[in-house]
Amino acid sequence: MLLIECPWCGPRDEIEFVCGGQAGVSYPPDPFALDDDEWGHYLFVRDNPAGPLAEQWCHTAGCRSWFIVERDTLTQHVLATRKLPEAGEEL
Amino acid sequence: MGTRNASAGDGMPQLADRLWRSAEPAASYDAVIVGAGGHGLAAAYYLATEHGIRNLAVLEHGWLAGGNMARNTAIIRSNYLLEASAALYEHALQLWERMEDDLGQPVLFDQRGVLNLAHTLQEVRDGVRRVEANRLSGIDADWLTPDEVADVCPVVDVSDRLRYPVLGATYQPRAGIAKHDLVAWAYAKRLYDLGVDLIEGCEVTGIETAGGRVSGIATTRGRIATGTVGLAAAGRTSVLTEPLGLALPLQSHPLQALVSELFEPVHPTVVMSNAVHVYVSQAHKGELVLGAGVDGYNGYAQRGSFHVIEEQLAAAIELFPAFAGAHVLRTWAGVVDITPDASPIIDSTPIDGLFVNCGWGTGGFKATPAAGRLFAHTIATGSPHELSRPYVLDRFASGALIDEHGAAAVAH
Repeated sequence: MLLIECPWCGPRDEIEFVCGGQAGVSYPPDPFALDDDEWGHYLFVRDNPAGPLAEQWCHTAGCRSWFIVERDTLTQHVLATRKLPEAGEEL
Repeated sequence: MGTRNASAGDGMPQLADRLWRSAEPAASYDAVIVGAGGHGLAAAYYLATEHGIRNLAVLEHGWLAGGNMARNTAIIRSNYLLEASAALYEHALQLWERMEDDLGQPVLFDQRGVLNLAHTLQEVRDGVRRVEANRLSGIDADWLTPDEVADVCPVVDVSDRLRYPVLGATYQPRAGIAKHDLVAWAYAKRLYDLGVDLIEGCEVTGIETAGGRVSGIATTRGRIATGTVGLAAAGRTSVLTEPLGLALPLQSHPLQALVSELFEPVHPTVVMSNAVHVYVSQAHKGELVLGAGVDGYNGYAQRGSFHVIEEQLAAAIELFPAFAGAHVLRTWAGVVDITPDASPIIDSTPIDGLFVNCGWGTGGFKATPAAGRLFAHTIATGSPHELSRPYVLDRFASGALIDEHGAAAVAH
C-alpha cells in the first residue's frame, strides 16, 4: 500500500486515491491541425518509463482534489507531491 | 477440505534430467527474439519450423520463463466477444489442443471448462450476447442458469445470500488450464533440438540502427550483429523502444495473483467473476490459484499493493465459502503491458527489421502458441498474418480499435 501525501489533507493510504495517469498532457491548442497519427498519439500514447514519472492523482475519498505525484515506477517510492500548477505555470 | 499429504509434484509427469542448455551468445544471428517467455519461445519455434530460420537466438535478461510466464494463472479460453479476438484466441486454443503432439513433451493442458459469472442484469445481457457471438464464430459456448453453474462447480455459492448473487454464467467447456513451466520447458527443449540458441542472463541494453534499420543489439554480454529483432518483452517493451524514439501505446502495470496451500481436488473447473473480481482454479498439484485485477498505477517492480489482494480474497470467500479456511501460501506480481483497447499489438515498426509483439496485458498466456505463430509470420514475411491483420499499430491512428475490455475479464 502506497502512502501518499495529499497537499491538502496530509499523508493518507493509497486506497483513498485514484491514479489518473501521466500529468501535464495538454489538449492540443488546435486539434484540427493534427493529422491522424498525431491525434492518435495525443489520445493513446503516454510516457511509460521505468523510473521517475509525474502523475495526476485524485483524493477521491478525501478532499476530491487533483494534484501531482512524482513516483518512481521501479521502486514504487513516492518522491514528491504538490498542488496542480496555476494556469500559465509550468508543471 | 483436507490438506493433501502426498509429496509436492505428485501426479506430475517425469521429465528427462536435461531438456535444454543455455547457450553462449554468438557474434551474429539472422534474427534475435528478445524475451524467453512463452511468446518469445513460441515465436522462435515457429520461425524455425514454419519459416526455416534456424540461425536464431532467444535472449532473456533473467532466466527461462521467469517473467510473466511464471506469474500468470494459466487460464486458457477463446470466448472473446469480437470476431477478430475470437478468431485469434480460438486459433490459440486449437494449437493448445495439439501442443503435446507438436512439441513432444507433456504440458498438462486440461480442458476443464471456464465459467464467467454474471452478477448484474447488465452482465447477464453481456454474457448472453457473448455466448451468441461465440456460437456464430464456431466457438463452444453455453449460457448456464445458477443451478447449472452449481452442477458444473459445486463449491460456488449460487444462493441469494450473496451481496451480488450469481445470476448465471457463460460456459466454455473446451477452455482450461495448462502447467506453465512445462509449456516453457517443452518449447525450450524443441528449440534446443532445432539448434536455436536460448541465452539466459543476457539483458538487451540497446537496439542499434543504421540508416533507419536494425543493425545489431547491445547486451550485457556483448554486441550481437543482426538485422532482425523481435521484441516479446511484455511489460518492459516500452523501455526497449523508447530510446529509438518509438513511443508505443502501452502502460506497464503490476498484476497480482496468489496461491493457497495444497488441497484435495475441490474445484473442478475455472471460475471467473468480473463484478466481484476474482478468478479461481485449482492447479494440478492442488493449490487454489487466485488472480486479481491490475494495480491502478504504473509499476515495474513485480509487486503490487496489499489492498488489491485483500479485495480479491474477499471476493473469493464470498463466492466460495469453503475457501475461508484456506491460507495464502505465496503472492506475486508480474508486469503487464496494457493497450488502450485491451487488445495486443503484433506488427512491424517504422524501424526496418524491428518487430513488436506486445500489449497482451492481462491475457497473454492463453494466446502463447498463436502469438508465437503470428509473430513469427510477421517477422519472416514482413507483413501480418490474416489473423493478426487487425492487431497492427496503425489502429491507434485509424481508430479501428478492438475493444475487448468486457471479455478480457481482468479489470483495468
